[in-house]
Amino acid sequence: MTAPAPAPARPAFLGRTRAASHTDNAARPGALYAVPAILVFGVFALVPLVLVGWLSFTTWNGLGDPRWTGLGNWRDLITDPGLLHSLRITAVLTIAGWAVQTPLALLLGVWAAGAQRGRAVASALVFLPLLLSGAATALVWKALLDPNFGLAGSVGPWVGMPDGNLLGTAGGALTAIIAVGAWQFVPFHMLMYQAAARNVPAHLYEAATIDGAGRVRQFWSITLPQLRNTVVTSSTLMIVGSMTTFETILILTDGGPGAGTQSMPFRMYQQAFKSFEMGPASALATVLVLFGTALSLLIVRFSGFSRMRSTLEGI
Amino acid sequence: MADTATRPAHSRRRFLAGLAGIGAAGMGAAPLTGCSALGLGTGREARGLDVWTLTDPVQNKIQRAALARLRRSHPVPAKLTPFPNTGYTQKLRIAMGTSDGPDVFWSWGGESLRPYHDAGLVVDLADRFGKDTRWRDAFLPAALQAARVDDREPLGLPVRGMQPVILFCNQTLFDEHDLRPPRTWDELLDVVDAFVDADVLPVSLAGAESWCELMWFECITGRLTGAGALRKIFAGERGSWRHPAIEEALDRIQNLVRRGAFGRAFGSVSYGSGGASALFAKGRAAMHLMGSWEYSNLRNDHTRFTEEGLSWVSFPEIPGGTGDPRALVGNNTNYLSINARSSDIDAGLDLVGTQLAARPFIDALIKAGDVPAAVGIEDRLSDLAPDPDFALHVYRIVSEAPDFTLSWDQAMLPAVKEAMLSSLQQIFLEELSPRQFVDAMEVIQ
Repeated sequence: MTAPAPAPARPAFLGRTRAASHTDNAARPGALYAVPAILVFGVFALVPLVLVGWLSFTTWNGLGDPRWTGLGNWRDLITDPGLLHSLRITAVLTIAGWAVQTPLALLLGVWAAGAQRGRAVASALVFLPLLLSGAATALVWKALLDPNFGLAGSVGPWVGMPDGNLLGTAGGALTAIIAVGAWQFVPFHMLMYQAAARNVPAHLYEAATIDGAGRVRQFWSITLPQLRNTVVTSSTLMIVGSMTTFETILILTDGGPGAGTQSMPFRMYQQAFKSFEMGPASALATVLVLFGTALSLLIVRFSGFSRMRSTLEGI
Repeated sequence: MADTATRPAHSRRRFLAGLAGIGAAGMGAAPLTGCSALGLGTGREARGLDVWTLTDPVQNKIQRAALARLRRSHPVPAKLTPFPNTGYTQKLRIAMGTSDGPDVFWSWGGESLRPYHDAGLVVDLADRFGKDTRWRDAFLPAALQAARVDDREPLGLPVRGMQPVILFCNQTLFDEHDLRPPRTWDELLDVVDAFVDADVLPVSLAGAESWCELMWFECITGRLTGAGALRKIFAGERGSWRHPAIEEALDRIQNLVRRGAFGRAFGSVSYGSGGASALFAKGRAAMHLMGSWEYSNLRNDHTRFTEEGLSWVSFPEIPGGTGDPRALVGNNTNYLSINARSSDIDAGLDLVGTQLAARPFIDALIKAGDVPAAVGIEDRLSDLAPDPDFALHVYRIVSEAPDFTLSWDQAMLPAVKEAMLSSLQQIFLEELSPRQFVDAMEVIQ
């Protein structure tokens, strides 16, 4: 569409320039600036992480001193049939959560990027769920899904649940959690897409219109490629977020019916704070941390996000 | 029969308390090492007596009055720290693991008390009071059962009323359909069938919360066999789940499910949000098996129904069962125990050993609708209780009970309890057969 133009010269930050090299480092502030963040991260994330790792090799019920038991908890974890089950539940929640939220947020966000006043009002309404705390959201939905006094009884028959017995079946309960999650988090991702869509230069669309591209073609050929970095960011947040969904499950289903919605984070909570078996719970927590980290790294690596190329480069 | 984290003292509070629980839960993995691993904890001498209890505006007022009376004999500052029901167990466990725990703490007895005893953190009352046993003779023996870890002398004393499980009946519905509340298992089945035919839900069951389902399991098993079989289960003995009464009880539960006793949507009904109670009180369900605290809830939320249409019976007898039909199950009561690390154990002893049995405290409990565990209070119950009929009924059934089994989920090791609760939900959903349930529990045991 346009010929590549030379990249603009980088501004010199804080008066410090190194004429010799024009690398990124040249313009960045010193390490001192990172000290507060590193301290907070160290005390509240790294230290507990290390302690949890250590606890995973011990037996401890919260009283007295943890007793070293070596690899016992890890052996139990690997042979625990419940782990596989909760892994499956977590995978379903993660994949379905992403698959439901991404298209919704993308379409809503692009739609809301339009300048019309009606759209601003509508997006403000859609945005409301984000202002509620997760616990409050789950409590409200729990009341709504009561088959006798909530909406479930009247809406249920339309979606193949004549008794409104949504939370009473494993499939229904999972669906409810995914739906509540989407209701809660789509607005946030919508906001990201909205902001990103507004940044797409108008002249791209003008040029495309002149070239005869319709709306759908413009969406696929201009909007979507321009939103590439946003899709990656939003997907990473969604996937890690769905993977660690906890309070919705705790309040809406309490892991039930049976073990039907016992995801990994819920199982970890149950072992730590209901069964008071801190050792096995810590092993599970460690697995979760490793999983989450690996997943984010994978996304970043395979999406090209690490190269951080601006979608505006060359425009 | 809720797990300790969520058990209602009064149900409505629990619903709101859920919010607060998230705080504790949200802490998740990271800070679970608590303070003890980091060696925090400061300034306990300066604090005076700290008494941990559950949030309950009515009860807290009564407890504060007891603390005020304590001040006459012990001029130390005494403070009541109430916590919401949800998350209390977790908070207590973490605090007791540090040097900064409460001086006196609330528990449900059974397994909610045992770990503290095992860790040497509970003051042995019998040891302190010596030969004088008046401290425990002031209470009904059945109500102290859960405070006796391994049949020892009680490690705590009742701070609240007794809460046995009772079969509540919607008498209006029974009258309308010319039926009477069931006294035997066969009558129960007949009543269920009659209500199903009449398009009335026979039993309101909050199946979204498995502790409500547990009550059916407990009551049926209790009628089929005595407490001996259960004691083996609670002690974690191998093979104890294979007792024939367990499988038979589960069979009977699934029979009820298939007959439509609980309807088809019970799995989505919850207790905390008032769903099950409303079904019952609004005349859409005929029976509700629940702890006696349900009476005060109904009285608050459905006053007219409670006064005009409510009746109650003990759980039906099962012909051929060897369990005593007078035996009860439920929350014995709630206890206050003393932390062995307390800086002022004497003040704690005075509070627990003297104030909890004192007349002003007991009278205040009665006026608030509780049925205290104190000995010889029939007269005061009929004079002071808001509903003497119900209060005297509860008092009598506990006084006459040969056994008052603590709710199983309080009596079992937490890990076994969690497995049992989720498997029981699958029994009600007919996803597991009784035999599979027993096999699964044996693996965990």
